[in-house]
Amino acid sequence: MAINWFRFASPQTFYPLAGRMIPVFAVLAAVLGVAGLYIGFFVAPTDFQQGEVYRIIFIHVAAAWMSMFIYLVMAAWAAFGLVLNTRLSSMMATALAPTGALMTFIALWTGALWGKPTWGTWWAWDARMTSELILLFLYIGFMALQASIDDPRRADKAGAILALVGAVNVPIIYFSVKWWNTLHQGASVSVGRAPSMASTMLLGMLIMALAFWMYSIAAALMRVRSIILERERNSQWVRELAAGAPA
Amino acid sequence: MKWDTLGSFLAMGGYGLYVWGSYALTAILLTAEIVVLWRRHRTLRCRPGRNAQQPDTNS
Repeated sequence: MAINWFRFASPQTFYPLAGRMIPVFAVLAAVLGVAGLYIGFFVAPTDFQQGEVYRIIFIHVAAAWMSMFIYLVMAAWAAFGLVLNTRLSSMMATALAPTGALMTFIALWTGALWGKPTWGTWWAWDARMTSELILLFLYIGFMALQASIDDPRRADKAGAILALVGAVNVPIIYFSVKWWNTLHQGASVSVGRAPSMASTMLLGMLIMALAFWMYSIAAALMRVRSIILERERNSQWVRELAAGAPA
Repeated sequence: MKWDTLGSFLAMGGYGLYVWGSYALTAILLTAEIVVLWRRHRTLRCRPGRNAQQPDTNS
């Protein structure tokens, strides 16, 4: 079956499609979230070194992974918008930024609450934490830059440049624990090596990461629908939609 | 069952403040984001001209 993908690049076509996709991702996020929390709190054993405090891992790692992944997806959409000049791509980039910033903040916050009892400090200027903080500033910078430019098309272009330049920070975050001697521990899970944790802990972490992933998609789709309505508010189809909507 | 009582579950081996502090803020932020997004979309859906960031003076 041949699908004309460019048809969905039209905001008018994508708006109802996104509306149908949101409940799917929301339900997936909820189901995976409940399953992940159940495994995290009732199946996964107590850590022999850290005791129960390690249970922060189930949201800390999920949020930290999503903070990096969302940035890369945002930069990719921004690049598509820049190169192909498709409006919807740029709107997707704009829609992802606040959710990415939220994930970054959650990663930093849970990291602080995990660091205090295990390392004795809320914060340290080590490479992993500092680069993650820079990621938060990149998200905020992207949003502030776009908000400061009145013309949406120019805001898209300026934001895209910032997002693409900032993308270099993501591999720095990811490999920081290898490149530098950090207070932050190394990767617990990496390709080609057995994970250094109990299998139920790993399972809970992966399911929570999937739940956060599904949540992020649902949130971004909700936001992009609002952005579409805002930017297309003078078009015929949005006016008809508003006229037909219950007051 | 790992936890004998609700109290031991909440205590988290003495790390309750850290564990629940993490989970509580995460739950609050994620819920708040969805509520804000839902309300923003509902407003725009009824009156697309209304935009909090760029007030439409014609409406």
